[in-house]
Amino acid sequence: MKNTLIILVFFVAGLFAGLFSLFPESFTGEQMTIYVLYLLLFLVGLGVGANQHTLKLLRSVNLRIFLVPLSVVIGTFLGTLVYSFFDDGLTLRECWAVGSGFGYYSLSSVIIKEMAGESLGVIALLSNIIREILTLLLAPVLSRVFGRYAPISAGGATSMDTTLPMITRSVGTEYAAISVFSGLILTLLVPFIIPLIL
Amino acid sequence: MIIGIALLVVGIFTGYLLRNRKKLIALGSRFTDGAIFMLLFFLGLSVGSNQAVVSNFNQLGLQAFLLTVLATLGSILVTQWFYRMFFKDQ
Repeated sequence: MKNTLIILVFFVAGLFAGLFSLFPESFTGEQMTIYVLYLLLFLVGLGVGANQHTLKLLRSVNLRIFLVPLSVVIGTFLGTLVYSFFDDGLTLRECWAVGSGFGYYSLSSVIIKEMAGESLGVIALLSNIIREILTLLLAPVLSRVFGRYAPISAGGATSMDTTLPMITRSVGTEYAAISVFSGLILTLLVPFIIPLIL
Repeated sequence: MIIGIALLVVGIFTGYLLRNRKKLIALGSRFTDGAIFMLLFFLGLSVGSNQAVVSNFNQLGLQAFLLTVLATLGSILVTQWFYRMFFKDQ
């Protein structure tokens, strides 16, 4: 819980720095984010490689590993179906398309903007950023309440990169292989599934 | 993201080779924490400095938020259900 709060403090500090333009306009941190992300991915790999349980887990799970990304797709569709009953402004197809970003906001918002217009594109951008932020902030809580696969499930496509460090911190590095696998499958699905729905 | 995945793979092999150097691995996990904090700061910065996101936040933010909460909750519940059905025997 302490780490979740520290992370929230860093996020809010960044948010305010952006809102009040504390950094030069040209500096949005996007380039920095990529380099920090690269460093993180290397460090996560280091933890995975040094963990003796990783291979053991992969072997014991085998083909059932596909059930994790499959359950994320089904769950996202059911959740957004429920949401569409309460929102008259969005059609079921639009809700499914936004959900099918699975947290991969850069790609999904661009595809959706191209196919369904600006406002749904913004909703997609916000929604998928929120999915990533929710996962980052709640991973330890989700793990405790819903089990060790919950943060991986919540992370969706992001469980292979941006949320991977937080996921492995919450559920252990032995789950990194499944997390990367699930995120990889969902990431690959995004550019196919959204045009199919819209 | 190809570079990122390549670095992940390089990290895995490096970690495997260094698996007995416990102090070095522990240092790596400390750097991981620092990098996560930095990443979140920059994520906040890019959200806060994006005018399109900020000015539309009130209008579309609530829709996006509620949709995402249900999408995420749905995912978690179906994953948990699948786990109970197919993984529990481990």
